[in-house]
Amino acid sequence: MDTFLQFFISGILNGGIYALIGIGLVLIFKASGIFNFAVGQLLLVGAFATWAFLKWLELPVWLSVLLAMVVAALVGLIIERLVTRPLIGQPVLSAVMALLALSVMLKGVFAFIFGPATVSYPADVLPGTPVSLSGASFSGELTWGFLIAVIVFGIVTLLFYRSRIGLAMRGTAEDHQLAQATGINVKHIFAITWMAAVLVAAIGGIIIGSKVGIGIHFTPLLGVKVIPVVLFGGLESIKGCFVAGLIVGILESIVGGYVDPNLMVITPYAILLLVLLFRPYGLFGQKRIERI
Amino acid sequence: MDRPCGSFDENYKQDSAIIRTRTQWGWLIAFLILLATLPFITSAQILSTLNFIGITLIAVHGLNLLTGYAGQISLGQAAFVAVGGYTTALLNIHAGFSFWAALPVSALSAGIVGLIFGLPSLRLKGFYLAMATLAAQFIIPWCIVNIRPDITGGTSALIVPAPRLGGIVFNSQQSMFYIIMPMAVLVTIFVKNLVRTKVGRAFIAIRDNDIAAEIMGVNIFRYKMLAFFLCSLLAGIAGSLWVSWLRAVDADYFTLQESIWFLGMVVIGGMGSTAGAVMGVTSVRFMDLGVKTAANRLGELYPSAATGIFAGLGPFLFGFIILIFLIFEPHGLMHRWILLKNSYRLWPFSRY
Repeated sequence: MDTFLQFFISGILNGGIYALIGIGLVLIFKASGIFNFAVGQLLLVGAFATWAFLKWLELPVWLSVLLAMVVAALVGLIIERLVTRPLIGQPVLSAVMALLALSVMLKGVFAFIFGPATVSYPADVLPGTPVSLSGASFSGELTWGFLIAVIVFGIVTLLFYRSRIGLAMRGTAEDHQLAQATGINVKHIFAITWMAAVLVAAIGGIIIGSKVGIGIHFTPLLGVKVIPVVLFGGLESIKGCFVAGLIVGILESIVGGYVDPNLMVITPYAILLLVLLFRPYGLFGQKRIERI
Repeated sequence: MDRPCGSFDENYKQDSAIIRTRTQWGWLIAFLILLATLPFITSAQILSTLNFIGITLIAVHGLNLLTGYAGQISLGQAAFVAVGGYTTALLNIHAGFSFWAALPVSALSAGIVGLIFGLPSLRLKGFYLAMATLAAQFIIPWCIVNIRPDITGGTSALIVPAPRLGGIVFNSQQSMFYIIMPMAVLVTIFVKNLVRTKVGRAFIAIRDNDIAAEIMGVNIFRYKMLAFFLCSLLAGIAGSLWVSWLRAVDADYFTLQESIWFLGMVVIGGMGSTAGAVMGVTSVRFMDLGVKTAANRLGELYPSAATGIFAGLGPFLFGFIILIFLIFEPHGLMHRWILLKNSYRLWPFSRY
């Protein structure tokens, strides 16, 4: 029972982080109908920025993380302005391709600045002492990371449903032209959405980075796992994103623990394929009806 | 196509010909002769790039059929290339097949795997389909590495014997050129003709509006499946040639990155254009060669940043160029070329 609890809870802890990164994708999809395929590389933005401030400028941890957030927000603004805005109204393939191209480009930038080697933070960003609970013990970074992830997830959800800017975001999600007609600046909403998305990705990147280190090859692969999560929950659903994050995290952890550790890598994609075959709109997503 | 005045079609055969004028025949024959003599006049480095172009071209033609003509996004082309490559390698090593026998089997096996991962396209399109093929891109290499590591070599590379024909062993860039290039030319002719038939028109109808196509009597499921089958069939041929050319196969060759490069070549050349695929592949591969040369030079100049430049410059430029094309010239290089030809023909009355 203890091992089961161990796998179950570490699955939940991982799942919370997936959910946090996933909410960025959901927000972007709701606002602009674009699916953020570059999410893997966006994790690296925050992770590497924090590392650079810690290592090269030798700033304290809180300041590094804060500055990294600023960098992430700026990157979000730049992406919206230079990549997605020129492609408004273009076919789906253009948007997919543009974000893939962006991820390749970011990979080049990171490889250029930080090199291909895996690095880890010189100081403890999150406390690393293991937390133990009724016989099972969990990595401290993961536990703290999970708490932060849930809090940030809550804040974003609250802002989306309870604030004025969230109201504008929801309006934009309903209909771009109607939103524009009621005086919402749709372009600003897109920009804010992208900023928020890169911010949460950055937080996720820092949490993952403080646990397993940062590398231009494996960190993006961890980020891409969020794509099955978001799809499972339903592309438009914040609630679904959280539930699916936990489910995928738990399944991944249990399959990895009981069946074969190697299977862990592809569990999310197997779930993705099953979801696409049997319930393409996900757990809580909108069922699409097509009209000519 | 615009032609000089005075050149008329007098019968259906002329009307449906791909090559219309004597000048075009002249250019084509000159080009093919040049292609056949290239191994004797170019350097080894250019020759290996040309071989790589030929192999990539076959895979990209497949992807162009699926994405450019039938409008189904695939992020898994590299995985289907891997299926073809590994089939050839395993048949060669464990079953004693010759390259010539393994090639059609590899093509078929990749085609069948493509059909399986194409099944979700029955209900899905756009982003959703892209994600289904993304799953293929992760699941297929995983299966290759993990299910039977004793025969596939797991994460380590497998050595593949060189193709033989009679007494000739195709173990050099020059000799492989004469397998790869005729293959690439044949595939180009096949694709060019396929898209002019009923099948090609059905693909285009599905791309432009699938519901309308269904109402007009196009069997959407059948043609989508056919597009997936042909796409991965060509990927399988490319994979088979790839491993016989490198004489080694490793699951690390076939990553998501490689799939993105294939898609990027389709976009840069011009989606839904056979000649565009040729242009896209050629320009991207030569750009890559140029970037590698430039990175080497820069690395010598600034030794401290050498690894960064070498790892980063290629992806950065490639991503940047795709973005520029998507934003400023979504029709690709082929469209530019046609504009250029027309403006040359109409000068001084042209606007471009």
